Amino acid sequence: MINWRVILSISRTHLLTRIKQTAIAALGVTFGIGTFIILVSFMTGLNGLLDGLILDRTPHVHIYNEIKPSEKQPVDLYEKIKNSFTKVRSIKPKLTQRKIHNALPLMDQLNNDSRVKGAIPQLQAQMFYISGSIELGGNLVGIDVLEEVRLFNFGQYVVKGSPEALDNLDNGILIGAGVAKKMSLDVGNTVQISTVRGDLFPLKIVGIYQSGLAELDNVQSFANLKTTQRILGEPRNYFTDINVKLHDIEDAVPMAKQIEKQFDLTAVDIKTANAQFETGTSIRNLITYAVSITLLIVAGFGIYNILNMLIYEKMNDIAILKATGFSGRDVKYIFISQAILIGLVGGILGLLIGYGISVVIDNLPFETEALPTIKTFPVNYNPGYYIIGITFAMVSTFLAGYLPARKAQKIDPVEIIRGQ
Amino acid sequence: MGIENILEAREINKYFREPVLFHVLKDISFGIKNGEFVSIMGKSGCGKSTLLYILSTMDTDYEGELFLNGKKITGKHHEDLAKIRNQNIGFVFQFHYLLSEFTVLENVMLPAKKLGLKSLQEIEHDAMEKLKLLHIDDQAKKLASRISGGQKQRVAIARALINDPAIIMGDEPTGNLDSHNSENVMDIFKALAQERNLSLLIVTHDTDFAEKTDRIIEMGDGRILSS
Ligand SMILES: Nc1ncnc2c1ncn2[C@@H]1O[C@H](COP(=O)(O)OP(=O)(O)OP(=O)(O)O)[C@@H](O)[C@H]1O
Ligand SMILES: [Mg+2]
Repeated sequence: MINWRVILSISRTHLLTRIKQTAIAALGVTFGIGTFIILVSFMTGLNGLLDGLILDRTPHVHIYNEIKPSEKQPVDLYEKIKNSFTKVRSIKPKLTQRKIHNALPLMDQLNNDSRVKGAIPQLQAQMFYISGSIELGGNLVGIDVLEEVRLFNFGQYVVKGSPEALDNLDNGILIGAGVAKKMSLDVGNTVQISTVRGDLFPLKIVGIYQSGLAELDNVQSFANLKTTQRILGEPRNYFTDINVKLHDIEDAVPMAKQIEKQFDLTAVDIKTANAQFETGTSIRNLITYAVSITLLIVAGFGIYNILNMLIYEKMNDIAILKATGFSGRDVKYIFISQAILIGLVGGILGLLIGYGISVVIDNLPFETEALPTIKTFPVNYNPGYYIIGITFAMVSTFLAGYLPARKAQKIDPVEIIRGQ
Repeated sequence: MGIENILEAREINKYFREPVLFHVLKDISFGIKNGEFVSIMGKSGCGKSTLLYILSTMDTDYEGELFLNGKKITGKHHEDLAKIRNQNIGFVFQFHYLLSEFTVLENVMLPAKKLGLKSLQEIEHDAMEKLKLLHIDDQAKKLASRISGGQKQRVAIARALINDPAIIMGDEPTGNLDSHNSENVMDIFKALAQERNLSLLIVTHDTDFAEKTDRIIEMGDGRILSS
């Protein structure tokens, strides 16, 4: 039977009578855990921000018709040389339209698929912005703006004006921030658009779009799908891309494969599109954990050291306790409980300090041209990290305390008493 | 009463192997009866302390057999021996041994807290009683490191008494006391032996002290010369 009341009262006395060393040991843990919380909150906050920036608006499956050479060249169809080696020089891409064939059945199939949260068509077209005598190359994307807002957070990137205004106005345009700046345009102005064929259209600017990626903002603008189709002189079933958002991102790969096979189109899933992005995320996580674990190991060595010293100082006490009937196990628990108390107090303090500094970071202004929607540093307050932090503090202090405590357990009281 | 052996040693032999093989205790056999007050005398270095460590169950590295209350305790597990020590054996060291960071009262209370049979109030009350017995109840609230050597020794005796053990072993418990306090301890021991049937086994160099005990065991060169 272990009498915890006595054991804890002894270890408390030990800790309190050497409050300075106790405090230093606990502060080591506090430092390690606090740094872990700050690092992990900030790093995962940053990851979340970048995820939002790129993954949120990346379709889970992007379907389009890629201009490429035919897989089977005419010579392959010629029976007589079937078994011989053929060589075709300067292959050209097949003459075809960029539009998606069979677009309406494909849309139907996607919208009836239970895995799909939404599938929305886009029409991408080359065109020029006309400013006086200057023609500025660009890109007009015809979109279903309300669906874009619903599925891809489109509204976040409209920094001036509103996406709804585009929906309301037939000849409206959401113009890229870079374009607007170059041409000194603002909401309410009219911009002339010239198609590749040379037709001119005036469009009214209802908002400014800023993604944060300069190469997009300098060329891209958005109009209604219908408006774009009208400008290009194409029918209602003409569009070049379908963006699909799924309920579960894991379905992206099989679905992309299935569509490619079934419809002879190119379908890119989000995993393939963002492979290098995920690598970045996992490396940031790795750095966070590596730094935190290093700090905690250092703190653990501090505790190990202090308890080791304590046990040397307390040889007499250990001998007396054993002589008066405390067992080796009792003595071991006396020292382990000291380590755990140090870990608990230091760890909780570390969580509090980590949380406090996270709040401070969260409120620091962080404004950058590249991230129009961000006003302060991103911080992730996931309680899971606090649980990991305190668990790690307890485990590492337990391990640091265990070895010296084992030594105390094995001390032979006779040797100590005789040594006097 | 007084016929049963509370403690019995049979053919105890002990060797020290470091630095050279040294046969320190040779064929030690004797018994202590209930309520008997026994003293051990002998030249310095003859093995008195070594014997006492074995009898108190702290040292388990010996040959022979040891019985407490008729039960064999030789070969028992460390944890069990600690329990036996806690409950049945009060030990007073040759040098005063107290936990210096605790108060005098806490030092006396600790073995009882470990035993865990009584409430905290009862333990505190008992501890004060034992301190009064040794005339140092006025020091109860002081830190153990802040009292004199003689006072420490009396606190150690009070601590040995706290669990009302069957036997008290003392390694020169009066070595640091003046004659007045030494006599007081002697009186307390005698009273305890007579009134509470407590057995005592006390190592001493003080012939006057030894002559007042029921029996003197003479040791020399690791053997019992007379008892
Ligand atoms: N750890 C040890 N290793 C080797 N020899 C030891 C050890 N401890 C004690 N001895 C020897 O054992 C003998 C008995 O020692 P012990 O301490 O029992 O003597 P003692 O009778 O108590 O003497 P004193 O009256 O001075 O206290 C001594 O000769 C001592 O040198
Ligand atoms: Mg001795």
